[in-house]
Amino acid sequence: MTSREAIFTRVRGALNRKPGDFVPAPPPLRLVVPEMDAAARIATFRDRFEALNGKLRVVGTCDAARAAVDEILNGRAAIASNAPFLQECGIPCKTAFRDRAELKVACAEIPVGITSAPYALAATGTLVMLSSDEEQRLVSLLPPVHIAVIPASRILVNLDELFIKIPLPGDVTSALVFITGPSRTADIEQILVRGVHGPGEVHVVIVEGC
Amino acid sequence: MATFYPIQIDSTVGNPPLQKAIYTATGRLMDMRSAAVSMVPEFEELRTQASAVKKHTIEHLDYYLEQVERNVEAHGGKVVFAQDATEVADFILPLAKQKGAKLFVKSKSMTTEEIHLNSRLEEHNLEAVETDLGEYILQLADERPYHIIAPALHYTRYDVARIFEQKFGRGETEPADQAMIARGVLRQKFLDADIGITGANFVVADSGAVVVVENEGNARLTHSAPKIHIAIAGIEKIIPRAQDLAVFLALLGRSATGQPMSVYTSFVSGPKRPAEIDGPDEFYLILLDNGRTKVLADEGKRESLNCIRCGACLNHCPVYRKIGGHNYPWVYSGPIGAILTPQFHGIEQDPWLPFASSLCGACGEVCPVKIDIPRILIELRKDVIELKTAAGTNQLERMVFRMWAWAMKRPKAYEMLSKAAAMGAPRGDEKTGWIKHLPGFLAPGPVAGWLRERDLPRPAAKSFRELWKERKK
Repeated sequence: MTSREAIFTRVRGALNRKPGDFVPAPPPLRLVVPEMDAAARIATFRDRFEALNGKLRVVGTCDAARAAVDEILNGRAAIASNAPFLQECGIPCKTAFRDRAELKVACAEIPVGITSAPYALAATGTLVMLSSDEEQRLVSLLPPVHIAVIPASRILVNLDELFIKIPLPGDVTSALVFITGPSRTADIEQILVRGVHGPGEVHVVIVEGC
Repeated sequence: MATFYPIQIDSTVGNPPLQKAIYTATGRLMDMRSAAVSMVPEFEELRTQASAVKKHTIEHLDYYLEQVERNVEAHGGKVVFAQDATEVADFILPLAKQKGAKLFVKSKSMTTEEIHLNSRLEEHNLEAVETDLGEYILQLADERPYHIIAPALHYTRYDVARIFEQKFGRGETEPADQAMIARGVLRQKFLDADIGITGANFVVADSGAVVVVENEGNARLTHSAPKIHIAIAGIEKIIPRAQDLAVFLALLGRSATGQPMSVYTSFVSGPKRPAEIDGPDEFYLILLDNGRTKVLADEGKRESLNCIRCGACLNHCPVYRKIGGHNYPWVYSGPIGAILTPQFHGIEQDPWLPFASSLCGACGEVCPVKIDIPRILIELRKDVIELKTAAGTNQLERMVFRMWAWAMKRPKAYEMLSKAAAMGAPRGDEKTGWIKHLPGFLAPGPVAGWLRERDLPRPAAKSFRELWKERKK
């Protein structure tokens, strides 16, 4: 008997079930999305994100978004993901790498990573990343500073709304990652330290127009 | 069969700095939880929903295990079933050999603690590095986790400084500096690692995905940077639908650390897709039994498997807060450890464990998935008594309780006996009235042991029954 068979035999024995036995539907889902207009979504996102020491800027146009990113960079080198929205905003440092090893080395050396995000969640101040050829995983992870530039229209109310929009995340991405503020630890005497492994500084630029 | 508590009184209860560290940390976690929970009026509703979903999943586990397997494979991953620690190693070691892998990075996982994975890998000259800051400190100090979510809770910054001084010649005492020392060492490990091993907070059946919740970013690095990602999860970690996460994530962060949402939550469904530049080429999910099917077979206690490892029951437990994490016999400590350990290892291994509880009920009240821990503790006590009765090792105890029951059912006899006890009792200390010693004939064997740590109040001059009679006149 393989380990798989042994485990299934024990599980079915414990539950007094046979292969193919009837399975009732799981309890009905509980997904609740409160009403929230665009302005409230931005305001709620701001409250939550800033409480986590995130830095938020809200701008009106793509040009203003580029200027905001320049100001945050303040001359520092940056690597950007291949997100189309960054290109729309004219944010220049597109990822030239097609090779994982090169991308890894670059992300480990460059101080700032710039991405967009397919969604954000107002209720928790969360960025929703869907790993793809447009959004590489390491750009928002290895550099000590992360800047995310997103259109205001992508701010959802909460997790519930996201899971209504994407009921099966595995069908659209190999890795969905929620980012809620800067990397932190409190493993030594419960004292808060930011930036232990992921970025210790997270900026979000919300673009209302364009 | 050890029936006493094998607790190292001097090294924990008699250690004021350690007592303070445990009280401060657990106290803060309790405060943060209650603040976060009070912001969510529907929290009870969420607990009820999560409990119902877990119950349904566990009761149809065979169906959901098959679904997980099918969907992981549909996304290009592979599922491996392992009955125990040896079978996990039997899968990982040949894989490492075949891929020429030497260096593993690991994110925090209680399941891998259960099977001592690191030492197994090290026996074969493979390097396995813990990357969660607390776990890394413990690995350097060669200790096991003190708490499910705050593994190095018992260390002060000075302890950490001593360990880092020894290992790296860096004696900084500020946690911020210490975290950066670890970051520097571990960053290189992430970049060089061949295989990343994570645990899983949830395994999602309809998506064939694992969900990993963390704050540091080490778990993201572990599943993003190396070419191979292995996730190891107990078979009970399944939830049916990705959409159930809206409820479970709302409960987990708040119950564990008082965070509405932990900093990073990763939902990984298979290896990288063809167009992606980064991410692992290979994804394996090891589903581990290691005793879980034994727990499953006991209908009255199988809800123990609903646990989502938030650690709230530890923080709220007066016993955990006094004796700390290392006096529990296995990797799972606190109330959840007290019910899981005897069920995994057999009650005869640690029969004292279900009794190391005041049954105050706090653990059951804070459990995000409503596991009735106090009821299961009582069930386990019953199992211990039945075992002792069968072995005939509790005859004196049974006799005493039979006599007690006899007296309790006969008011006259009870009255006479309590009067006799009041008259026969020593006067005790003149000032305080406390009785410090009993003559030998009143305190045979076990009673003497019980009295060694305790004083008795002097019996009242008049019993309650007498006072009651006087009142009625």
